[in-house]
Amino acid sequence: MTTKPDTIYFFGTCLVDLMYPQAGVSAMQLIQRAGVKVIFPPAQTCCGQPAWNSGYRDEARSVARAQIALFPKPIPIVIPSGSCAGMMKVHYPELFAGQPDEAQAVDVASRVFELTEFLVDVLQIELQDLGEPVTVAVHTSCSARREMGVADKIESLLGQLSNVQRVEHARKPECCGFGGTFAVKEPEISAAMVLDKVTHIRNTGVDRLISQECGCLMNIGGVMAKQGDAIPHQHIAEFLWERTGGNAV
Amino acid sequence: MSSEFRNTVRANLAKPEVRANFYRAMDGLMTRRLDQFPDKVELERLRTQSMAIRANALSKLPELLETLEANLTRNGIQVHWAETTDQANQIVLSILQKHNAKSIIKGKSMVSEEMGMNHFLEALGVECLESDLGEFIIQLDGETPSHIIMPAIHKNRIQIAKLFHEKFPDIPYTEDVDELTQTARRILRDKFYAAPVGLSGVNFMVAETGTLCLVENEGNGRMSTTAPSVHIAVTGIEKVVESLLDVPPLLSILTRSATGQPITTYFNMISGPRKPGEKDGPEEVHLVLLDNGRSNIYSDPELLATLRCIRCGACINHCPVYVRIGGHSYGTVYPGPIGSILEPQKAGVDVHGELAQASTLCGACSEVCPVRIPIPSILNRLRYDGVRKDTANTNTVGSGKRRTLSEAATWKTWAWAATHPTIYHAGSTLATHFKGMLPTNLGAWTTVRSAPKLAESTLHQQVKHLGVDHE
Repeated sequence: MTTKPDTIYFFGTCLVDLMYPQAGVSAMQLIQRAGVKVIFPPAQTCCGQPAWNSGYRDEARSVARAQIALFPKPIPIVIPSGSCAGMMKVHYPELFAGQPDEAQAVDVASRVFELTEFLVDVLQIELQDLGEPVTVAVHTSCSARREMGVADKIESLLGQLSNVQRVEHARKPECCGFGGTFAVKEPEISAAMVLDKVTHIRNTGVDRLISQECGCLMNIGGVMAKQGDAIPHQHIAEFLWERTGGNAV
Repeated sequence: MSSEFRNTVRANLAKPEVRANFYRAMDGLMTRRLDQFPDKVELERLRTQSMAIRANALSKLPELLETLEANLTRNGIQVHWAETTDQANQIVLSILQKHNAKSIIKGKSMVSEEMGMNHFLEALGVECLESDLGEFIIQLDGETPSHIIMPAIHKNRIQIAKLFHEKFPDIPYTEDVDELTQTARRILRDKFYAAPVGLSGVNFMVAETGTLCLVENEGNGRMSTTAPSVHIAVTGIEKVVESLLDVPPLLSILTRSATGQPITTYFNMISGPRKPGEKDGPEEVHLVLLDNGRSNIYSDPELLATLRCIRCGACINHCPVYVRIGGHSYGTVYPGPIGSILEPQKAGVDVHGELAQASTLCGACSEVCPVRIPIPSILNRLRYDGVRKDTANTNTVGSGKRRTLSEAATWKTWAWAATHPTIYHAGSTLATHFKGMLPTNLGAWTTVRSAPKLAESTLHQQVKHLGVDHE
């Protein structure tokens, strides 16, 4: 499914819904601007990942089942998060193995795209940078990097922006220490990880931090805010939308 | 919930020197591994091949173990089977007693750590001397290994210099690594010849030829297995491979993944005791094959991949959790990602299940694993086994025992809300509406972070003005 579709489903994720709605809005606007119709099923809630990663498979399955029912048409499902996309693409088939609705779960999984992957590989989006010169650091989430294998897509999108300079930081591929419930269950280890991550990012002296994962942004941004003087941090969709003409659809 | 693990972690996180030691060492090891695999295509091909070799061996494990035993016996190696670590210790003891041996010189062996062999034998008056430099250092300090291939990696040069000076006051203080190594070498050299029994681990056992393969850098493994008149090898039953042709790819990926070396200084292939007319080598060779829960792991198709492990330690070297808390925090023989899947399976998820929680599931471990063990998937499975209700459907020891009423109730409520969109949306709308009233102190989260801020309005609310189909 690499030809440009007429219509897609958009799954916003619970974190985007509650904390970073602008990321979801921008993502949908980018897709609409490329001439693709967006369906946002209103009954969507959460992909089920928190329970799945905590070992509560029955609960994860019931929540996942409710989401699967929202995507009946054979069109792509675009998700502005590597980890929620990873949940649906990689783990739904595992979660539903041997269940009566395994085929539906596998079908949904086969249609899932992480946002940056969709913008680059399917829409082959072309961006024109209208913004002032800016330096950015990129944080790719572990799920985007390893589970979905799409870490290069965010780089390729930013590479299209002529006034955006990417600055590398130490231990870039390393996890920020969020890991969903990990940050709550193992707070000391998580703190040690995210404090190092923030130091590495601060050492770059960049103007802005960009990621495709709101969980990581919440974690890293939370530390920077607590320390005062937070580097502005944004979801890639919001950043791209802002740099390429904003609301001039 | 406070636990022993949590307390040790807290204590170790507060030791800046130890953290710096790990950070420096792991950075070096990651770079060295990377340098060994300039060709990504070749790396992936070799990983696939290595995985296939190990998977093939495990798919016919009982049969290969029988062939192995027959060929080892034919070669004159005496084979012993131990279901438990107690049995393994008793077997080693009986061999020592037969030879009236009061001391033993040891090459590196994680299985002997698993057996707690040194403690067991020393309590009976047998001196166990570690001859691997790292093991020698930690033995001097009364510690356990903090890494499976670099047991003293948590110490830096200065700490080792001080330790040597304290234990060997007659030798002048030095921080020179070569001199320190020479000191250890001089001390050990005589012990090799004096010890009646040498003990080693095994890296691969070749079923087809009845050969034991041993990888090492210092030559102490070779000394331990040839200088004493009796050699005892101890290993887990999973270390078998089918044929001699399986060894070169595994050896190549093992050393490159582990220490970033293209080859090691020594590679020993032991195929029997000294033969008539031969000038050296032990007169007796024994192999103790330990199960200790491995058969149980073998019986579960999803967990079986755990046994593919070739003990290179790459997962440990690349783990962002391990590098910060260090090997001793785990409180187990095998630390890091491999320990976090192996130890809960061996001892039970009720005993070491917490280790499966101490991961962000970032996948750095499985990304580098030379035999592609899906460590995050196994961690997830062990988390499930820990809290699952249908415990009859799994062989995992301690299944269901980590399930608590309060946590189960939380997830049940969560699932109820997330499957009732009206409830879910009412909740989130209410939360964003009254966000000023939400707590700003969220316990552990806000120790180093500000509380997350809810948006003014949810995406669900905003989407209505976006011209997308949301009915």
